[in-house]
Amino acid sequence: MSKVAEQIPTEEMEHPVAPYLRMDRIPHIWCPTCGIGTVVRCYADALEHSKIDLDKVAIVSGIGCTGRVAGYMRLDAFHTTHGRAIPFATGLKLGRPELLVTVFSGDGDLVGIGGNHFIHAARRNLDILVILVNNFIYGMTGGQNAPTTPTTARTSTMPFGNFERPFNLPHLAESCGATYVARWTSLHIRRLTKSFREAISRKGFRFVEVIAPCATLYARLNKLGTGFNLMRFYHDNAVIDHGADTRDLDISFQDRIICGKFVDKERPTYSEMMHEHYRNALGDKFVPLPEEGGMIRDTGEKPDSKGKKPAKSQKRKASASKSSRK
Amino acid sequence: MKYWRKPLDFDELTIPHGIVHIIVDRCKGCGFCVEYCPKGVLEMSEEFNAKGYHPPKVVKEGECVNCNLCEMICPEFAIFSADASDNGSGTHSK
Repeated sequence: MSKVAEQIPTEEMEHPVAPYLRMDRIPHIWCPTCGIGTVVRCYADALEHSKIDLDKVAIVSGIGCTGRVAGYMRLDAFHTTHGRAIPFATGLKLGRPELLVTVFSGDGDLVGIGGNHFIHAARRNLDILVILVNNFIYGMTGGQNAPTTPTTARTSTMPFGNFERPFNLPHLAESCGATYVARWTSLHIRRLTKSFREAISRKGFRFVEVIAPCATLYARLNKLGTGFNLMRFYHDNAVIDHGADTRDLDISFQDRIICGKFVDKERPTYSEMMHEHYRNALGDKFVPLPEEGGMIRDTGEKPDSKGKKPAKSQKRKASASKSSRK
Repeated sequence: MKYWRKPLDFDELTIPHGIVHIIVDRCKGCGFCVEYCPKGVLEMSEEFNAKGYHPPKVVKEGECVNCNLCEMICPEFAIFSADASDNGSGTHSK
């Protein structure tokens, strides 16, 4: 019988990613050879190198394996209902425009159940970064057919193979108006990190699709081995083609995957257009949100003469009575 | 190492050295670090960790160039490399 591996004691066994994670929740629930952990590591590295204030970063995710990211990262995070990550991020960005709002979710959540929200956020060019981890299947719920499942791939709801045409996500994002569109696999760690850093520095609706292996469902149902075999497959079949026409980026079952940065352009964002429009329409009456964010207008109560802010309960009561009057 | 062309600043360059730290009980034995280490420093061990997976082990001590690839690709946050020159106290050169 084999021995038990010993932990070699070293002074300070703290992983460099530890400041970005809630270490009390680690080890995470993701399966062995799942690629989501790699994407999280790359995102944390991009945050570290962007020298961004972590108090000004918020992360929103929906339901699913990738939805767990919001719980594992030590950032202001919100774990919303299925498919509604982008609506929540929309409200967050409008209320607190100084934040870097990142939506970190899966393919089934963002383009399956929340597909309409994805389209409209891209159309409005809302200033959020969307990281979509695409494992071609609904992972957490048991391997159902997803809108990204390639044709002929087997899923638990399509045991004889999928006959639907899958989404071409970079094309969808570009045609709806995204300003930054890239696709990588979880094997391209350096390029993915660089892409995250670039996307963090841009404005507008930024979309990064990351192809990640799903060992437990996608690989098992299609007899592709484990996530390790899928990583080898990405190594052999991923083609880097920057600036490729997004119409040609369809992914067929076990076929080549075109990676790269496809779109990087500037367009006025939702908030910029809104401010400009109201400035033209209302003139001096328009009071934009302060730079540091916050509430649009205060609750009408003046702070005490001592400079103390009114207690929270009073504030809530005041706002409640105000809303009831309406 | 054999060079097909000697860099002009060859005398000034130093090859970085790293120390690999493995957090054994967090590993789920996926083998990504073993497969993708450019120097082949790691190997799957025959031993088990507390979860029953085979964690990697360092077989070529001193060959690590502190490229951080194992650290970046590990989905479990269970392996990292640190600069060997400062006794591996957690800081790493980038």
